[in-house]
Amino acid sequence: MVVKIEPRPEPSKVMQYLSPLIAAVLMLISGLIIFSLLGKNPAEAFHAFFVEPVNDLYGIGELLIKASPLMLIGTGLAVGFRASIWNIGAEGQLAVGAIFGGYFAIIFNDSNGLFILPLMIAVGAVGGMLWASIPALLKTVFNANEILVTLMLNYVAVLLLALLVHGPLRDPNGYGFPQSVLFGDAAILPVLVEGTRLHLGVFLAFGGVIAGWVFLQKSFTGYQMRVAGLAQKAATYAGFKYKKLIWIGLLTGGLTAGIAGVLEIAGPIGQLLPSVSPGYGYAAIIVAFVGRLHPGGIFLSSLLMALLYLGGESGQMNLDLPSAVTGIFQGLLLFYLLAADFLIHYRMRLNRSRLEVN
Amino acid sequence: MAIGRKNVLSVFVVLLCVAGLSLTASAADKLKIGFVYISPIGDAGWTYQHDLGRLAMEKNLGDKVETKYIENVPEGPEAERVIRDLAKSGYDLIFTTSFGYMNPTLKVDKMFPKKRFEHSTGYKTAKNVGTYMCRFYEGRYLTGIVAGKMTESNTLGYVAAFPIPEVIRGINAFTLGAKSVNPDIKVKVIWVNSWFDPGKEREASEALIAQGADVITHHTDSTAPTLTAEEKGVYAIAYHSDMSKYGPKAHLTAATHVYGDFYTRTAQAVLDNTWKPEQVWSGIKEGSIELAPMNPVVPADVVALVEKTRKGIIDGSVHPFQGPIKDQSGKIVVEAGKTLSDKELLGMGYYVEGVLGKIPK
Repeated sequence: MVVKIEPRPEPSKVMQYLSPLIAAVLMLISGLIIFSLLGKNPAEAFHAFFVEPVNDLYGIGELLIKASPLMLIGTGLAVGFRASIWNIGAEGQLAVGAIFGGYFAIIFNDSNGLFILPLMIAVGAVGGMLWASIPALLKTVFNANEILVTLMLNYVAVLLLALLVHGPLRDPNGYGFPQSVLFGDAAILPVLVEGTRLHLGVFLAFGGVIAGWVFLQKSFTGYQMRVAGLAQKAATYAGFKYKKLIWIGLLTGGLTAGIAGVLEIAGPIGQLLPSVSPGYGYAAIIVAFVGRLHPGGIFLSSLLMALLYLGGESGQMNLDLPSAVTGIFQGLLLFYLLAADFLIHYRMRLNRSRLEVN
Repeated sequence: MAIGRKNVLSVFVVLLCVAGLSLTASAADKLKIGFVYISPIGDAGWTYQHDLGRLAMEKNLGDKVETKYIENVPEGPEAERVIRDLAKSGYDLIFTTSFGYMNPTLKVDKMFPKKRFEHSTGYKTAKNVGTYMCRFYEGRYLTGIVAGKMTESNTLGYVAAFPIPEVIRGINAFTLGAKSVNPDIKVKVIWVNSWFDPGKEREASEALIAQGADVITHHTDSTAPTLTAEEKGVYAIAYHSDMSKYGPKAHLTAATHVYGDFYTRTAQAVLDNTWKPEQVWSGIKEGSIELAPMNPVVPADVVALVEKTRKGIIDGSVHPFQGPIKDQSGKIVVEAGKTLSDKELLGMGYYVEGVLGKIPK
């Protein structure tokens, strides 16, 4: 080996915060090359991809609608990730939240009560937490790996939603098609800006990010979770109850995912469908890491991820770019971030001794 | 200096106006038509057939139309945004080609009262929203005849997506077609709960073959069932597209959808200002359903029988759902001398005699 990889004695603090920016810039440069290879003018392509989608009020509304479940779930997951509790199950927790919330929207379909929306959000949160309590229980009692349990429960939850929408929760007047009735107005989040789809739920997501920030940065439990993530044994010696932290870590993810599920069905969807999420639960994992598990960073990275989704559509419409470009950008972003993180913790060095022998 | 600057500015403004005028002039001449696709176009399947229709329309109408498609658009909130963006960008006629686009299409219609929308496979219409669908079951009935004649085990395998009336109707029509030439036919169904999942479709096909099925058909989108049949040495009847190149030996024929004429007619109607929202349900007679070329292994008398039946469907003497038809319990659901109405067909929720298993609830 001419090049030797060795750990850095002290990873740079500054670079840890800069690495998402570096990754984003490298992603853009790679995008430039890809656009040129596709025979598109890179300046036009950039405009179509990153400016066009948000050049009017409607577009900004769409960006926030798309980003809000990502930032909400990303913050919830970050609480657990800080303590090295790996909840991969937000997609399933979101689906269960949607089932719980949607059920109440359907049974109160004829009512105009103001209580319906708060009730939906509350039971959606409970649903997400219930689903997350399964891996928490298995982890604390049997020490079952939460990565596997949460991941597998995603499939169960998504199929459970499909089953209910094909059966008991199906619209009886819908010719047997698998979807529920359209929710009544009382079960729909009010639109805030006329002419957009920007709804009240976006502010709930903002509130969730702020609450997450207070919890992680200011509370003692948040501090305990950070310590447990860095050194679990040290945390135990210090008297922190690790089992309690497991419960908190998983339930917070379930809580935010459950609420996000209700915000989707009571927001832009307006009914229960066999699938209520285009993979927000998984994308939120990327969002949490790109945001450095910090609510402020998660807020920004959720906006970036949302813009990549919208840009993909706009690129198709304006420049006939293939729809796969969105996936390529997301992959590039994560790839460069992981590479940057690697270089923060390790350095590469030319192997001098070998050279001297030669 | 100041005057010079002003001059430059006014020249610029004039140029802009001219550019704007010429833009609106050319836009007024051409009808801009948008298509929203559920999956990438690929080289076979549901979206591929819609795109063939789009290209045929472009060819027929030449420079009177300009088209644009957005592929891989998930059903739900994304669909509403894409449809809205098309409407906002000056597309006056928009085809939305998946069932789950129904409510998003209606929502966008409310925001753009001057735009025209055509939604495929749905049941809700509005002042500016029409629907269109093919009588897929007519093609199914014909391919059922081929399957019924070619099977030796008398067991046919059916890979199905979701238990909705459209799919159940297809299973029943296929079964009735096969039973019309071979009363001992049994049809086994495996539900994969996905419109497009090559892995699951392959597993389902393998399971059906292992259970004795020697002709496989599918109401899903991929080429996996045909590929699997080719590998295992049984026959396949494809759906949506001619998939013969994926199974030269296995592929007997396919029930394919043809949208070119419908798209051309609809665009012409919008150009002529005669468009109205309708619920179009067109079949073999209107050229919306065709069979792919028959594999040479299909005997000439079977080809002739299929052709005779096809003509019968066109002139109305044959209806796939012609009584007497019994359901699985042996109860008569369509009496002799009667045929099912469109409304009954659209809400079909039971299996006919000959289909094994139960519809998942």
